[in-house]
Amino acid sequence: MAELIVTDVTLSYENRHVIEDISIELHENELVCLLGASGGGKTTLFNVISGLYTPDTGNVTLNGEDITGQPGHISYMLQKDLLLPYRTIEDNVALPLLLKGEKKRSAREKVNAYFEEFGLQDTQKKYPHQLSGGMRQRAALLRTYMFSRDVALLDEPFSALDTLTKSDMHRWYLDVMDKIQLSTLFITHDIDEAILLSDRIYLLTGIPGRITDEIIIREPKPRRKDFHMSREFLEYKKRIIEKL
Amino acid sequence: MCLPLKRKLQNTTSKRERKRIQGGRGQEQFSRKSYAGEKVWPVLTIIIILGIWQTASSTGMVPRFMLPSPIDVAKAFIIDFPLLMSNAKVTLLEAFIGLGMGVAVGFLMAVLMDRFEKMYQAFYPLIVLTQTVPTVAIAPLLVLWFGYEMLPKVILIVIVTFFPVTVSLLDGFKSADRDTVNLLRSMGASKVQIFWFVKFPGSLGQFFASLRISVSYAVVGAVIAEWLGGFSGLGVYMTRVKKAFSFDKMFAVIFLISVISLLLMGAVNLLQKKCMPWEERE
Ligand SMILES: Nc1ncnc2c1ncn2[C@@H]1O[C@H](COP(=O)(O)OP(=O)(O)OP(=O)(O)O)[C@@H](O)[C@H]1O
Ligand SMILES: [Mg+2]
Repeated sequence: MAELIVTDVTLSYENRHVIEDISIELHENELVCLLGASGGGKTTLFNVISGLYTPDTGNVTLNGEDITGQPGHISYMLQKDLLLPYRTIEDNVALPLLLKGEKKRSAREKVNAYFEEFGLQDTQKKYPHQLSGGMRQRAALLRTYMFSRDVALLDEPFSALDTLTKSDMHRWYLDVMDKIQLSTLFITHDIDEAILLSDRIYLLTGIPGRITDEIIIREPKPRRKDFHMSREFLEYKKRIIEKL
Repeated sequence: MCLPLKRKLQNTTSKRERKRIQGGRGQEQFSRKSYAGEKVWPVLTIIIILGIWQTASSTGMVPRFMLPSPIDVAKAFIIDFPLLMSNAKVTLLEAFIGLGMGVAVGFLMAVLMDRFEKMYQAFYPLIVLTQTVPTVAIAPLLVLWFGYEMLPKVILIVIVTFFPVTVSLLDGFKSADRDTVNLLRSMGASKVQIFWFVKFPGSLGQFFASLRISVSYAVVGAVIAEWLGGFSGLGVYMTRVKKAFSFDKMFAVIFLISVISLLLMGAVNLLQKKCMPWEERE
């Protein structure tokens, strides 16, 4: 039972409010998206949820436990893939387990069980620079998943990829999420991506950033092939553009 | 000494970075080809210099006793080989002990100064100061204080070798990527874990660049310390042959010292390849 609740979070850098009164929720197995303009405070909010920053006011709870300002509870994939260049892919993916004190052998065994499922077969012994951007992103996501199966925060997971790789990755992402049932909150400033991938969308707008709207995408999963060209899709898009 | 050294360190790393950035296939082949070309030129230059040298001393342009010909030097090297080796053993032992301790001290200093800002503020200026004191000036003092045995030599080597290591490691630790550190923090990593998983491996390239410098400092430091007092070692041997005006033997020992330094630097390169396998598979 994974449930993340963020209540009335406000944070400022040197007296400048960046985010104000943010309240959001993430329920079990949900894919929720945080959509907003660049510089709007999305990453800042993630830093608060992950416990890296302590908010000025408000709190964060995970399954009823207060985790405000405490790192180490929620999986967080930062804006870059941040794979360590001097570790093989398998050792990168195993990193969260090693940090928890697990032995190298058993950590490797555990992560290896997922390589196939994540479309990463035969990359175990390679180094990050030998992989394409898409593959690195997959590895980073698998590492995120290895940390915790409760809740994951993904900061613009696909923004660094080219359009073709991106649509490939979208398909892969929905497929994997369906299999592993991870509740995720992800950031994007790509409206199409938001509609395509999420069950619910929060709009974060203004300075300081506030949650100004919540849009529920009522489209069954797995999504039909031509969803991104359907009338419903355009309706959602129009609604979002009006509100941004 | 401090400034040019820092520049040296930066050069070595930035060159590698550049190579990594260039990366592409075509570029790689291009640089490999020019690398083969790079090797021909120094060899050619050395041969030409040796040729001029040989002619200069065998035609009597320079008096033979002042500038022995390369062939004389080679002869002296062969005749004195056993003696050179037994002295080299002593010098190498001092260099290794000094270098080992110097690296250990340098590492410890870097870790402490990275971990505690106050330590950094307190010790960094002092460390730089130790480097402005010329080696040749403190060596006699060390001999007076600690005698003719190994101790003053080792101390001198520690003083000259720890600095490059401290500066480069500290630089490496401080330039650890902030986002990567945050990623590990978000996974609940402790400071010690962040050090071993991010800061230390990320500084290895810089560490080896500084180790190459420290290795040659160690050999030269040992020789200088031996000049000023001792019972055996290449420096002692050098002062002896100098008193006898055996220029050929002088040259032979100088040659041996640079060969030793080169071999040691080569060994560091090998060690680096072993320790940093990810640099290999480009
Ligand atoms: N550590 C910091 N100190 C001071 N100001 C910061 C800091 N981090 C971010 N900011 C500022 O806060 C604002 C919000 O930044 P944030 O990174 O949260 O935006 P974002 O929505 O993630 O943007 P993007 O889509 O470009 O990633 C920006 O104006 C940024 O300059
Ligand atoms: Mg951001």
